[in-house]
Amino acid sequence: MAKTLFDRIWGSHVVHEEPGEPTLLYVDLHLIHEVTSAQAFEGLRLAGRPVRRPDLSLATMDHNVPTEAGPIRDPLARAQLDALRSNCSEFGVPLYATGSGHEGIVHVIGPELGLTQPGMTVVCGDSHTSTHGALGTLAFGIGTTEVEHVLATQTLPRLRPQTMRILYRGELPFGVTPKDLILGTIGRIGVDGGVGHVIEYAGDVIRGFSMEGRMTICNMSIEAGARAGMIAPDDKTFAYLEGRPAAPRGAEWERALERWRALRTDEDAVFDREVEIDVSELEPQVTWGTNPAMVAPIGGVVPDPGDYDDPDARAAVERALAYMDLEPGTAIRDLRLDRVFIGSCTNARIEDLRTAAGVVAGKRVHQDVRAMVVPGSATVKRQAEEEGLDRIFEDAGFEWRLAGCSMCLGMNPDILGPGERCASTSNRNFEGRQGRGGRTHLASPAMAAAAAIEGQFVDVRDWEAVPA
Amino acid sequence: MKAFRSVTAPAAVLDRPNVDTDQIVPKQFLKRIERTGYGEFLFHDWRKDPGFELNRPEFAGAKILLTGPNFGCGSSREHAAWALEEYGFEVVVAPSFGDIFHSNAIQTGLVPVTLPGEELKPLMAAAADGSELTVDLEAETITDPEGGVVRFTMEPFDRHCLLHGLDAIARALQHEAEIAAFEARSASPVETTALGR
Repeated sequence: MAKTLFDRIWGSHVVHEEPGEPTLLYVDLHLIHEVTSAQAFEGLRLAGRPVRRPDLSLATMDHNVPTEAGPIRDPLARAQLDALRSNCSEFGVPLYATGSGHEGIVHVIGPELGLTQPGMTVVCGDSHTSTHGALGTLAFGIGTTEVEHVLATQTLPRLRPQTMRILYRGELPFGVTPKDLILGTIGRIGVDGGVGHVIEYAGDVIRGFSMEGRMTICNMSIEAGARAGMIAPDDKTFAYLEGRPAAPRGAEWERALERWRALRTDEDAVFDREVEIDVSELEPQVTWGTNPAMVAPIGGVVPDPGDYDDPDARAAVERALAYMDLEPGTAIRDLRLDRVFIGSCTNARIEDLRTAAGVVAGKRVHQDVRAMVVPGSATVKRQAEEEGLDRIFEDAGFEWRLAGCSMCLGMNPDILGPGERCASTSNRNFEGRQGRGGRTHLASPAMAAAAAIEGQFVDVRDWEAVPA
Repeated sequence: MKAFRSVTAPAAVLDRPNVDTDQIVPKQFLKRIERTGYGEFLFHDWRKDPGFELNRPEFAGAKILLTGPNFGCGSSREHAAWALEEYGFEVVVAPSFGDIFHSNAIQTGLVPVTLPGEELKPLMAAAADGSELTVDLEAETITDPEGGVVRFTMEPFDRHCLLHGLDAIARALQHEAEIAAFEARSASPVETTALGR
């Protein structure tokens, strides 16, 4: 029978199944961070259980680490990081702690270490675990009780999700990026469009994207409600992995390639749901509301609640506009900004920083704007500095910070003040996400970088030299 | 996790779509390493608004939450389910749930009931004055103050776990031999402990 990529990965990880029960699935890689793990380790301790496979687990510190050098002032954050350190030590779980040189956002370091490999199952107590699907893995976020379950058993009981393919057609216009594509997709299918599904992204547009771009796409699957998103591996995937610390070598590499090349969706495979999206008219996207589906093209305007027939949708738009302090009909280009954040597991990999640096090189951040760049990992930071990107950002007036999740969710000191309006390359524009009362507009790295210079949104395609 | 069979109590109405976990428990409360103590932070920012639904006196003592589609979308924080439960909710009824929140609720023993909007809206109207509803998980019914009965269905295994308060880890470890057999036949693709420090 014809199989999807999902079917193949699911099928090769079944430990136990019986009718009427969830399937017990094996977990190949369990990534851990400080915020969702402390109660899970405590659960193990209370039950007297060990971590079954420390060698398939890796912890790092990302969510609440400060991005400025110096001691951690927040006692709660410090206690949580200390708890991770002692839990990892007690249970034998490898930890890339702050200062190790390998730390960073958990979804940035997995792929960059070569730990995330095609055909694997990857879980983490974080919803953006979907990112890893870009390498042809089944990767999804879990809650703390499930973290404990994986620590104890290296398995998870799972009801088989539905499958959904999003097939992109047409040629992506000049200057339109993966972030625009995924924001446009969420705008089209809605924040619950993928609930209960695993999404496979397909089409020549996806094939044309770099691995970093594919990670941006899969990262935001959860913003469409899908716990996992995936892209079949190809030569770009293999080239990205080759030589990375945890990637196979020599004869093992050749054997791995053979396995990985079989990881695809058969032509006649059937999905529970198929969506086709024509990208040929897509423009750079900017969110105006309080969820990622509330999005408009840069040439567009803030919508009028009166245009929505459904009373619940109208009320939600009214609430969003009140929170965002926006008037219907306002041009997206006229949104003036106080802050710009370039960072997060969505858009803080080296390619994102190169793109943003290309936009701001030789220019100055607008006088009304405070702008910061937070690399996705210590490795990304090092590489960017070797390429001189830090100088470009700092010369333009950006703050150049240490790696971490930072202002994507504002658990560390990097937060918006009440009423501040921010262009952000992150993934969630929920109320208060970046700081209580803060107003977030999601955009691509190129668009956020250009907005930092102009002090308001601008169509980056109008600028002379847009990097590819 | 404690077993659940049924509850009769006032139902708070929060008729908004896409209530995300950042609203249910804002991130500043995720730094704690304890499993308890989140109830007071439930809807922390929204509760500062005196007009917020949960601040209405008729919803004091509510153990059922009636809300809009895609409830609990966003982050994986299980703290959202913990906070709802500690605040006093035993059941959340919505047309749909965020996938991760739904799993977390089952793990926590918070009962997530899926009910189509057209059946939920009349219940919201009936509960608006603080009248009691009964949610019976065994019978898979919700009874309104007039005695009207609405039926729902839950995934049988989820229902079984909630009705019996089952520990998933203990269940999985019953399959220890199969886990070990899987490990014996499938070489691990990676070894995190072999990475340089």
